[in-house]
Amino acid sequence: METITSPIPLFACLASLLAVIPIVAFGKNPNLRESFTFSAGFAKLTLVLLMLPWVLDGKIVEFTFVDEIVKGVPLQFRVDGLGMLFTLVASTLWILTSLYAIGYMRGAHEGSQTRFFAFFAVSLSATLGVAFAANLLTMYLFYEMLSLATFPLVTHHQDREARTGGRTYLTYLLSTSIGFVLPAMIYCYWKSGGNMDFSTGGFLAEKVGPTESLVLLLLFVFGFAKSGVMPFHSWLPNAMVAPTPVSALLHAVAVVKVGVFCIIRVFTGVFGTDFLKTMDVAVVISWIAGFTVIVSSLIALTQDNLKRRLAFSTIGQLSYIVLGVSLLSTFGVTGSILHIAMHACGKITLFFCAGAIYVAAHKKYISELVGIGRVMPVTMSAFFIGSLSVIGLPVTGGLISKFYLVMGTMQAGHMGLLAVFLVSSILNAAYFLPIVYKAFLCRPEESQFEPGIKEAPLACVVPLCITSIMSVLLFFFPGILLDLASLITGVGN
Amino acid sequence: MGEQAPIVIVLAPLFGALLIAFVGIRFKALCLPVTLGALSLSLAATVETFRTVLARGEFVYLLGGWKRLQEGDGISIGIEYRVDTISGLVLLVIAAVSLLVAIYSRTRVVADTPDRVPYYYMLYLLLVAGLAGMTITNDAFNLYVLLEISSLTSYALIAVGSRRAVLSAFNYVIMGTIGASFYLLGIGYLYIKTGVLNMQDIHAVIIANDLAESPSIRVASVLILMGVWIKMAFFPLHAWLPNAYSYSPTTTGALMAPLVTKVMIYIMIRMMVTVFGLDYSFRATPGMPLHWSNLVVTLSSIAIVAGSVMALSRRDLKKMLTYIIIAEVGYMVGGAWLANEKGMTGAVYHIVSDAFMTLCLFLAVGVIIARTGQSRIEGMNGLFKKMPLTMAAFTIGALSMIGLPPTCGFFSKWYLVGAGIEAGQWHYVGALLFSSLMNAVIFFRIFEMAYFPKEVNEAEPACFDPDAHPLETLEKTPSSMAIPLWISAVTLIVLGVFNYTIVQWIASALQSLNFFPAAG
Amino acid sequence: MEFFEQLIIPKFNYWIYVILMMIGMRAMIAKNNLVKKLIGMAIFQTAIILFYVSIGVKEGANIPILDHHMMPGEIHGGDPVVVAEFANPLPHVLMLTAIVVGVATLGLALAMSQKIYRAYGTLEEDDILSQIKLEPND
Repeated sequence: METITSPIPLFACLASLLAVIPIVAFGKNPNLRESFTFSAGFAKLTLVLLMLPWVLDGKIVEFTFVDEIVKGVPLQFRVDGLGMLFTLVASTLWILTSLYAIGYMRGAHEGSQTRFFAFFAVSLSATLGVAFAANLLTMYLFYEMLSLATFPLVTHHQDREARTGGRTYLTYLLSTSIGFVLPAMIYCYWKSGGNMDFSTGGFLAEKVGPTESLVLLLLFVFGFAKSGVMPFHSWLPNAMVAPTPVSALLHAVAVVKVGVFCIIRVFTGVFGTDFLKTMDVAVVISWIAGFTVIVSSLIALTQDNLKRRLAFSTIGQLSYIVLGVSLLSTFGVTGSILHIAMHACGKITLFFCAGAIYVAAHKKYISELVGIGRVMPVTMSAFFIGSLSVIGLPVTGGLISKFYLVMGTMQAGHMGLLAVFLVSSILNAAYFLPIVYKAFLCRPEESQFEPGIKEAPLACVVPLCITSIMSVLLFFFPGILLDLASLITGVGN
Repeated sequence: MGEQAPIVIVLAPLFGALLIAFVGIRFKALCLPVTLGALSLSLAATVETFRTVLARGEFVYLLGGWKRLQEGDGISIGIEYRVDTISGLVLLVIAAVSLLVAIYSRTRVVADTPDRVPYYYMLYLLLVAGLAGMTITNDAFNLYVLLEISSLTSYALIAVGSRRAVLSAFNYVIMGTIGASFYLLGIGYLYIKTGVLNMQDIHAVIIANDLAESPSIRVASVLILMGVWIKMAFFPLHAWLPNAYSYSPTTTGALMAPLVTKVMIYIMIRMMVTVFGLDYSFRATPGMPLHWSNLVVTLSSIAIVAGSVMALSRRDLKKMLTYIIIAEVGYMVGGAWLANEKGMTGAVYHIVSDAFMTLCLFLAVGVIIARTGQSRIEGMNGLFKKMPLTMAAFTIGALSMIGLPPTCGFFSKWYLVGAGIEAGQWHYVGALLFSSLMNAVIFFRIFEMAYFPKEVNEAEPACFDPDAHPLETLEKTPSSMAIPLWISAVTLIVLGVFNYTIVQWIASALQSLNFFPAAG
Repeated sequence: MEFFEQLIIPKFNYWIYVILMMIGMRAMIAKNNLVKKLIGMAIFQTAIILFYVSIGVKEGANIPILDHHMMPGEIHGGDPVVVAEFANPLPHVLMLTAIVVGVATLGLALAMSQKIYRAYGTLEEDDILSQIKLEPND
């Protein structure tokens, strides 16, 4: 494989970090401030797109900051198919979220917007850092940076509820990363003889026994608690105290996907799926993930707060990804990688809708949404498409990733896990479709809405339309994503 | 300076102190410039020495030109200064930290001790001279003298604070004297057996005459270890430290907290490596059920856990930091006694990184006290809004204490945990992780307090101790305080990113040593 | 009796220093009065000084001062120096420094106890501690 040394990944990562300076400097002038957010967003996307042809050609883009940060391990960026896919999703959605955030933050009259946009930009840099990281140490560095940079966003309202939520958030994320990932990482470093580079075969392959592998896998899967695998999931519903743009981008796309992204890296780059296949340990992870899928869907059914229901749905969908990769079959891994993108588009649409409803009608609870489709038809139509994608129904992208996941399960021969997909899809439909049903198809006298309520501001509505259209387009044109995923797994071409 | 650089490191602050005694008492305005000049000279000499060390591997300076009896390997008559990369690093830390704190002290010393400014700076310089001398000297008795110089000055520097400070300093005198006396006694036993005082020579005589089994040497090693443990506040010999550091004036705390315990740890490592030798330190003692090293590592695990738990229960920032220091001492002692090269490397690297972490946090707390007039956690409401830059520096220091990348605290933890795994000392690994988590809880409690406004935190009214803190507060952070704070905060990240260079320097000093595989 | 002959009598100097040290240690830890603690500290340091002085002693040796006609033979043509004839001067010289250090410590500590007396009106440790309990703590 050809390697290109280029600082573009660094620039792509820095684009949003450097934007913090003008954002803070021009905090007094909101329009100017937001223009910097946008320029950074487009600059970032352009830089990412610049690298896309190279990556599709099967080349790898590398950039090294420090040759050896500890013996044998550089601080290095390396862009491959998996990283590229994740970056594309994150940087595209950042622009849309920025637009949405402007509409939401101004519409809901939120305070301290400068801080909000500044930390948002930092979070994006950290996300890209994780996506580009060439080794475990670099990844860990940006993983921790992301945990910290999102704390002020989660606790944005600075009230008692935010304090409790923020406390849970950091307690879970920091204690697992320090308590589980750090020792596991150092153990890997020691066992591998001073090498931590993600490689196709896995740098730890053939160097650890089955028991060690199982313990390390568990430490990594639970340690990267951003992936929300039970029992380390409850930070996510608590983080819903954040303003909706944060929940949308961070808790449907960036933060949580960073968690599963790290787990995919651990499976493919640290151990190597071929090596794990020689032992019968990954199935433990599969069942933990399967358990999470079912239980979180059941909990989602009981939630009346819309954002909390979405959060529990996210937990379940994240575990699809963990489940897919732990199957170790090529289709399963492809499905996992695709699901990062598909679920991102679907779930961000749903969050955007939840936020739009809050801005326009100040409603947070599902029981209050009867008849809302009559007053906010655009928003609720987008909501419908988003839920189709998350359930995995045509004509949305969610179907494709779910198809690969199911194929992967059969390929791996775990028929028991097929039931998980089946039950969970039914449950997904059960907690989403009634909302849509009640929103549109109710008798006029049942409607809880006065005719006076209108759609949310344009800045809120446009992004959610775009993301819902993207969900549909991804069904028809999944080509690029499949190509990128195939660079890791070799499926699809 | 060239060949004379090592002596300048010690003499510059010493003569600076004398100069203040002659000139500064009359012209008070000259005290700070003289101090800064002396410390800058010392720093320049340290850098020069360190460069020579990097080129030659070792820099030996014979005080007064007293040559060894036979050129090269005979026993030495005079006092010898010997700098290798490890002591060079510690010297750099001492010079840099003392200079930064001196800049920081510009407004603080006048505010804390208005009528004793010249005396304060005199003691300050003597303390630096003592610490640098302890690090650089290769003579066991000379080390005792310099230890007492630094101790005497630090007693006085603490005692100029509030009335609680005097009492704490008094306890420190008692404990410190016991510690130094134990050290002196240990050196006496070594001298009985070997007849020499030069550290290299003591080791050579022990090896040549096969004295390692002698009870006198064992008694000496126990006495010396006890002595330095008391001086470095190794749990459970720590009782003197928290009060002494937290009731002392701001500048004293900021100077002593980063340096004194670290230099003592360096002395312990010097004793283990140079005087007794690693073979002696790490091997199993006949008739004892445990390896020495296992025993000490267990003790340090206890120290780490105890320090962290005690820190958690404090409501005063300075007090809390002092207990964290006690936990950090456990890190380094444990690392040094893990009996592998990684552990020793980690311990030395942690000396450097912990010095700057502690410095950064103490400087930040000093600014907070200067601005708000108190240092209780409850009083920190809304500080992120009031003084964002100071709090950002404080955050960097705190993240380093917790051990998050890319700060240096992460990398010292990286080496220490790695060494713990390699040595199979799982309780030590567990203690390190536990302390990381505890630090996370401690510091995020503070961040929470400082980030959320008052009504959310519902703090009880902050309780002022008019005796301990000056009531008048500054409106603005003077740049003489902000600049050192930020230099120290940036240093944390620089040390982290370039940790491998430092580790290679340390390794070059350790490579000739013969480490045991694993003492587990 | 054998115990006495082998362990106590030939090494009586060690026993004396150990006993003195323990007296000093006890005073430092157990005494309530701060000045008594300091006296204990002085005893403790003096014990170590005595120990050092005693290890420089040689039986039948002279004071370690050389007449210049006793200088090494090659230069002055006199008798060569026999080391065993002179007491070891080095520990004694070292103790000059240690004595100075001890005096300085004692002086500093006494000055501190004076300051404590001014602040608390007493030198009894438990009185001071009971006063501190009334102050805001930690």
